Amino acid sequence: MSLADERKALICFIAGLLKDCNHVAVGASSPIPGAAALLAKQMWQSPRHVNILGSVKNNFFTNGAQELFDCAAQGRMDAFFLGGGQLDGQANINLMGRGEYPVQSPRWPGTFGSAYLYFLVPKVILFREEHSRRVLVDKVEFISAPGSSDDHVYRHGGPYGLLTNKCFFHFQKEKKKFRLDYIHATSSLEDVLDNTGFEFDYEDIVQTTPAPDPALLACLETDVAQKVQEVYPQFAESVFGDSVK
Amino acid sequence: MFHTVDELAQKIPDGAKVAVPADYAGITMALTRALIRRHAKNLHLVGVPVSGLQSEQLIGAGCVATYESSALTLGEFNPARRFTEALQNRKIKVVDATCPAIHAGLQASQKGAPFMPLRGIIGSDILEHHPDWKVIQNPFSEDEDPVVAIPAIQPDVAIFHAPLADRDGNVWVGRRRELVNMSQASKTALITVEEITDKNLLEDETMAAGTLPSLYVGGIAECKNGTWPLGFWQGQSEDGEHLSHYSEASRTQEGFDQYLQDFVFKGEAL
Repeated sequence: MSLADERKALICFIAGLLKDCNHVAVGASSPIPGAAALLAKQMWQSPRHVNILGSVKNNFFTNGAQELFDCAAQGRMDAFFLGGGQLDGQANINLMGRGEYPVQSPRWPGTFGSAYLYFLVPKVILFREEHSRRVLVDKVEFISAPGSSDDHVYRHGGPYGLLTNKCFFHFQKEKKKFRLDYIHATSSLEDVLDNTGFEFDYEDIVQTTPAPDPALLACLETDVAQKVQEVYPQFAESVFGDSVK
Repeated sequence: MFHTVDELAQKIPDGAKVAVPADYAGITMALTRALIRRHAKNLHLVGVPVSGLQSEQLIGAGCVATYESSALTLGEFNPARRFTEALQNRKIKVVDATCPAIHAGLQASQKGAPFMPLRGIIGSDILEHHPDWKVIQNPFSEDEDPVVAIPAIQPDVAIFHAPLADRDGNVWVGRRRELVNMSQASKTALITVEEITDKNLLEDETMAAGTLPSLYVGGIAECKNGTWPLGFWQGQSEDGEHLSHYSEASRTQEGFDQYLQDFVFKGEAL
């Protein structure tokens, strides 16, 4: 499977997770989640509203950059995506850097809106292509946003699952622990175990991630590819090749 | 009201708290270069809610004492090397926040209120390290209900680039309402614009809805392509080739200083 095909499969997988949403927002420079949201909207007209930050055409907010956060706090946003330089087994995420704060090395860009949106958006999908012990750690070195909170803390949102280029973990809120649900055809249980720095639950036999539905894939490669090109030109070219030029 | 970009830079004193928007809202790189040319010192930048090349270059040029924001990102041209170097060598103080808290601090200032309460954040290390935020009990709840109190952020000046101003000093910002928030929260706003129109913006209701009234504006400079090499929401796309060049040049302080010689001190590079 080529890298382009792997990425198309990730897009189709994420699209399936968004089918039950009304409003999905995607942060700047997140082409795979962005493409997935556009695909789900095109295929099922659900989500009905897709907002891609940093895009002029795919952004309907009229009240400035704060509207995204106000929307989330009011419960008007159903899904969002977060990543991180480090993610741990309790779904804590670190967007700040490695080493002791504040003089970290490396220092990453910063926490952005994660410390807010993780509490308020019901379905936060953690997405990070790189699946390695460097990224998926036992304990993050800085908590930009915690995976769970004490009972008395107002929390209407949080992690739904974690998708990488090897597998999909579902986050079990009660146990505060990931459960391995699907392994991509390009990987194996051994491969996932070798490259994951945190403990997670799994059955003896884990399902293989289903191949993308042909109709969904066709929709991605035709109608949606062009829309993706408008927002993420370089990414579109790498995945869809000359067809979007 | 109408000045050259270098005159605008003179109006920003050393030590000023300066609000700057995120790249998608319109960055006045022209005024940024003018600040570097006038050797501004000890600025306290507030990235609303994040910042990029503008803060990276001001930091690299030694103009900044404090950087307060939710991130500093050059997008696909990351890492921001001058920022990282300054941080690691403790040349700047960093106040790390989260996006909605920056907006909330400005909104408190807009209302002349001391603080704004905000959900979320509790349990984040951002809260542990932030010098100003406090967790308070929701005074309207009988149950335990902690909320984070974000004190007002009042910058001395907001600076940005907009498409259009009129002769009366009104500035059209369209639906980029964060520019209105920034300006109203700050003591004044200094703005570069693509063009100046003879027609009063407030006389047309369609334009008036997206207009920042001159009450909040302290100075305007007409400056075509004022966001270069960054893109502009009103059409202009970023100069990728130049940004790649910057990315290479900024690997070392020497390379960065040469970049400043080539593109900042020798006047505008357009």
